[in-house]
Amino acid sequence: MSRITEDQVKYVAHLARLSFDEEEIKTFTTQLDDIIGFAEQLNELDTEGIEPTTHVLDMYNVMRDDVVEPSLPREEALKNAPDQEDGQFKVPLIMEAD
Amino acid sequence: MSNFETIIGLEVHVELKTKTKAFCGCANEFGAPPNTNTCPICLGHPGVLPILNRQAVDYAIKAALALNCEISRETKFDRKNYFYPDNPKAYQISQFDQPIGRNGYIEIEVDGKKKKIGVHRLHLEEDAGKLSHLANGTGSLVDFNRVGTPLIEIVSEADMRTPHEAYAYLEKLKAIMQYIGVSDVKMEEGSLRCDANISIRPYGQKEFGTKTELKNLNSFAFVEKGLAYEEKRQEKILLSGGVVEQETRRYNDATKTTTLMRGKEGSNDYRYFPEPDIIKLKIDQDWIDRIQSEIPELPDSRQKRYVEELGLPDYDAMVLTQTKTMSDFFERAIAEGGDPKLTANWLMGDISAYLNSHYKTIDDVPLTPESLAKLVQLIEKGTISGKIAKKVFKTLIKEGGDPEDIVKAKGLVQISDEGALREIITPILAANQQSVVDYKNGKDRALGFLVGQVMKQSRGKANPKIVNKILLEEIEKVNG
Amino acid sequence: MPLFEEGLVHLKEKIHNKEIKASDLIDEAYARINEVDGKVKAFLTLNEEKAREDARLIDESGRAEDTLLFGMPIGIKDNLVTKNLRTTCASHILENFDPLYDATVIDKVRTQKGIIIGKLNMDEFAMGSSTENSGFAATKNPWDLERVPGGSSGGSAAAVAAGEVLFALGSDTGGSIRQPSAFCGVVGMKPTYGRVSRYGLVAFASSLDQVGPITRSVADNAYLLEAIAGVDRYDSTSADVAVPHYSKALTGEIKGLRVAVPKEYLGEGIDESVKDRIKAALRQLENLGAVCEEVSLPHSKYALPAYYIIASSEASANLARFDGVRYGVRADSKDLIEMYKKSRSEGFGDEVKRRIMLGTFALSSGYYDAYYKKAQKVRTLIKRDFEKVLENHDIIVGPTTPTPAFKIGEKLDDPLTMYANDLLTIPVNLAGVPAISLPCGLANGLPVGLQMIARPFGEETLYRAAYAYEQAARFHLTPAIKGASEK
Repeated sequence: MSRITEDQVKYVAHLARLSFDEEEIKTFTTQLDDIIGFAEQLNELDTEGIEPTTHVLDMYNVMRDDVVEPSLPREEALKNAPDQEDGQFKVPLIMEAD
Repeated sequence: MSNFETIIGLEVHVELKTKTKAFCGCANEFGAPPNTNTCPICLGHPGVLPILNRQAVDYAIKAALALNCEISRETKFDRKNYFYPDNPKAYQISQFDQPIGRNGYIEIEVDGKKKKIGVHRLHLEEDAGKLSHLANGTGSLVDFNRVGTPLIEIVSEADMRTPHEAYAYLEKLKAIMQYIGVSDVKMEEGSLRCDANISIRPYGQKEFGTKTELKNLNSFAFVEKGLAYEEKRQEKILLSGGVVEQETRRYNDATKTTTLMRGKEGSNDYRYFPEPDIIKLKIDQDWIDRIQSEIPELPDSRQKRYVEELGLPDYDAMVLTQTKTMSDFFERAIAEGGDPKLTANWLMGDISAYLNSHYKTIDDVPLTPESLAKLVQLIEKGTISGKIAKKVFKTLIKEGGDPEDIVKAKGLVQISDEGALREIITPILAANQQSVVDYKNGKDRALGFLVGQVMKQSRGKANPKIVNKILLEEIEKVNG
Repeated sequence: MPLFEEGLVHLKEKIHNKEIKASDLIDEAYARINEVDGKVKAFLTLNEEKAREDARLIDESGRAEDTLLFGMPIGIKDNLVTKNLRTTCASHILENFDPLYDATVIDKVRTQKGIIIGKLNMDEFAMGSSTENSGFAATKNPWDLERVPGGSSGGSAAAVAAGEVLFALGSDTGGSIRQPSAFCGVVGMKPTYGRVSRYGLVAFASSLDQVGPITRSVADNAYLLEAIAGVDRYDSTSADVAVPHYSKALTGEIKGLRVAVPKEYLGEGIDESVKDRIKAALRQLENLGAVCEEVSLPHSKYALPAYYIIASSEASANLARFDGVRYGVRADSKDLIEMYKKSRSEGFGDEVKRRIMLGTFALSSGYYDAYYKKAQKVRTLIKRDFEKVLENHDIIVGPTTPTPAFKIGEKLDDPLTMYANDLLTIPVNLAGVPAISLPCGLANGLPVGLQMIARPFGEETLYRAAYAYEQAARFHLTPAIKGASEK
C-alpha cells in the first residue's frame, strides 16, 4: 500500500521549489514511500508524555548585547550576486502567484 | 441600520528600535543607501548562525506587559519556511506556539464609551528585506538593509465591531508603543504595519461569517476606509444571496475600494518547526520585574490623572495623551508653572494647528515647554494681550527663544497706563464723533469700531479692558 | 619516511630545532597531492600559493612560536567556509562561491598558525556515506581504489590516509567523520554537540552537526581538537565549557575503566569480520585493565528512522537559502518561480533533492506531528538510553560501521541500504555525545574502525582510552596507495 501519492510528491516539490519530470516523480514517489514506510516503525514506540528533544544540551538564554558591528562594504555584499543593478540584488519578474 | 454585525480583528507588526538587528550586529536604521547595512548573517550566507539580540527580547517583553499580556515563562523560536526574494534564508525566524505574550488587552474609547479589545498574542520575529519592482518589467530589486530588523507581531482578538473601533485600537496601540519607547511607530516608514481581518454575520448568529483579509493598509485612515468598504461589500453579497469567499484583498486608496489579491488556495504551508540554532528562553520573575519597572505611566493612567488632579475636561485629557511627546510636553510646561487649562488650550489649538499644517511633531519645532509656560504666564499677568500672545507665539514656534525677551525686543508690552491710553484715545474720539453719536443712539457696534481704532493706533498693545473703560467714560461725558 | 608519519609533536619540535622548515611540510603535501590525488581525488580546491606564502612567513619569522598548529599542513572539508577560498560543499549550486568570511574553526586554525592546503571532497552538502554524492568527483579509498572512502567527509579521511596532509577537519551529522575514518584507517572524533563552533559550517542538520578532527594518530587528534574547540559568541549553541589540555589525557593508563559493550552493536547486520576485530580490541582493553560489561541501548534500531526524519527536515530548511538570489548558480529563467525551480533542480544532486523532499514532506501541513515531532520524541528515548548506560560506565565501545569499505557503486541505487551504513554512528549524534573512531586492524585487507562513546564533554576520557589502545595495539596501517602492509 502506498503511503504517498504522485500528487503529494508534486505538491511537496513545489513547496521545496524543485521541479521534476514525470519519470523522476515516479522514482521519487517510490523512494520516498520506502523511506516513509521505514520511518513508520517509529510508531511501534509509545511516546505518550515524552518531551521532544530539540536541543541536546540543557542551556538557555544565550543572547548578545545590542551593540553595532561593522557591516559589509556594499561591493562585498553583492560580490557573489548572479545579477545586480544599482547596488541591489536583481531577480527575474515576480508573478502574483509566486 | 444594517442587519449585520461586523467582526474585525487586526494583525499589527511593530518594528523595534533596537540599535542593531535581531540576529546580527548590523545597524537597525531607516533610510541608509541600499545594501549597506548587511553582513553574511542577515544576507543568509552559507554557514551563518543567528545570535539573538537581548534588547529585542526586552522590548518584546515590555510591549507584552504594556498590553497586559501574560508572559510565557519558557519560550523558543521557530522557522517559518517560504521562498521569496526578500527572505534570504527562505525561512523567517519567528515564534509559532510559544509567543512571548498572550491574553492581553487594550482599552479603547469610542463615542465616550470604553471597551476592552483582547490581544490574542504577541511574538518576536524578524523583518524581511525591501523589494522594488522595476518599471520596465524586467524584474525586481532587493535591498537587504531592513532584513532582520526585530518585529513584534500583535494579533488582536476579533473583538472590534466597527471600522472606527479598529481605528481607535490602532491609535491606542501606537500610543502605548510610543510611551514605552520600543518603536518609532511611523506608518510612513513602515515601522508600524497593519493587516485586517473582517467578516459579518446576521445579528444574533453565533458562528462567525467567512472572513477576508485586507492588505496594503498604509495609514490608520486607510484601515478605517478599507474596512468600511469591505463591510459594505460583504453585506451586498449576503443580501443578494451570495457567499463571501475567504480571500486576501488589497485596499486601493485611489478608488477607495478593495480588490482581490489571492484566494484561499494561495495560502501557504509554512512548515514551522523549532529553530535549532537558537537556545530556548526562560523568562523568570526577576526578568519580568526588571522590565515592568522600566514601563512609564501609560496613556490611560495619565488621562485619568489629568481629569482627576488637573481638572481638565475628558476630551482634553484624551487628546493630550494620544502621543507621549505631546503629553510629556504638556507635563513639563505645567511643571514650569503654566496653567493646565490654558496650556492645554494652546497645545490643542494653535500649536496642533501649526504642527498639522507643517507636518511636524512637537519635537521638530524650537518651541520648548519652558517658553510655552512663560507665554501662558505673561497672558495671565496681563503683561501681554491674547492678541499679542499670538504674535509672540508665531516667533516662538518658528525660531524659539524666551517670550519675555521677544515681548521686550519687539516692544509688545501691553499698555495699561490710563494716561498713556487717554493720549491715544482723545484724538480718536475727536476724529470719530459720528461713532460716538451712533453708540449713544443704540448702535453697540460703534464702540467696537472705536476700540479697534485704539488697538490699531497702539499696534495691538493697548490693554483692551482699560480701553473699554476709558472709552465708556469719555462717551458718557459727551452731551447727547 | 614521510614527515607526516612522525606526528604533530615531533614535527613541531623539528621546526623548533630548525631541523626542518614549515616549507618542507608544505612541499611534502603538494608533492604527495601531485603524486596520488589524480587517483584518490580527495581535493576539490588547492590553496597552494597562499599555503606556500604562509609557510615562507613562518620560516622567515625565524622562531617557532608556541601555537598549537605552528606550520602544520591541514586539509579542510569543503563545507567549512574559507574567506576568499572557493567553498562548494561539493555542489554545483555553489561551484563559484567565494565566501565573505572564515568559519570560526578556520579562524582558529589560522590563529594557531596551521597552514591550509586545500578544500576536501565530500558528499554534496554532507549528505551521504560514500563521497559518491559529490557533484564533482567520487573520492577513492587509498586502501583500495575500487572502494569508497566512506562519507560524507570522504575527502578528509582519504587525504589523511594517503599522506596528502598531516590532518584534516571534517564534519559529522550522522557519522560523517567516524565512518570515513573507519573506512580509511585513520582517527576521527565527533565531539560533543556544542564543543566546537558551527559558525561557518554550512548547515546540514543544525541540531546534529559538529566539526571535528581527522588525523593519523590519537595524539594529533587531541591537539587538533584542542585548537578548534571552545565557546563562540557567533554560535549560540556552542557550550561555555572550558577546553581541557586534551594531550594530558594521553597517559596510556586505563586501569579500572568501565567499558560498556551494547549487545545491539554486535548483533544482527554486523559483519563477522568486523565483530572479530572488535572482540579482539575488547580483549586488548581488558588486558590493559579495563572492565568490560555487556549492556543494552534498547532504542538503537529506531535511531536510523528518527535521524532521517530529523536531519532531512532541518536540511530542507537549511538548504532553502540556495535560491540563486544572492550567491550561487542561477539558471536562466523568465520569471521568479522558474528561476527558483530550475536553479535548485539543476544545482542539487539526487540525494540532496531526495532529502529535501523527505524533510519538506515530514514538516508539511498534517504530517508534522506524525513524523517530525514523533522523531524528536524518539530522540529523547535514545538520549536516555545513553544517559542510563553512561551513568555506570566511562565509555561505550563497539564497531564504527557494520562492514569495512564497500565497492564504488554498490549501494548507490538503494538509499535505504546506504543509510544502514550509519546504523552505529547515528545514535551518537541524536544523543549529542562525543565519539571517536580509531583503527583496530584489518579485515580482508581493509581497515576496521573501533568506536568509543563517552558522556557529554567526555572527550578526555575518549582520548585516554583511545591512546592506551592505540599504543598497546601498535598497528601501523599503511594503505595500498603507499604499498599496503600490516606490520
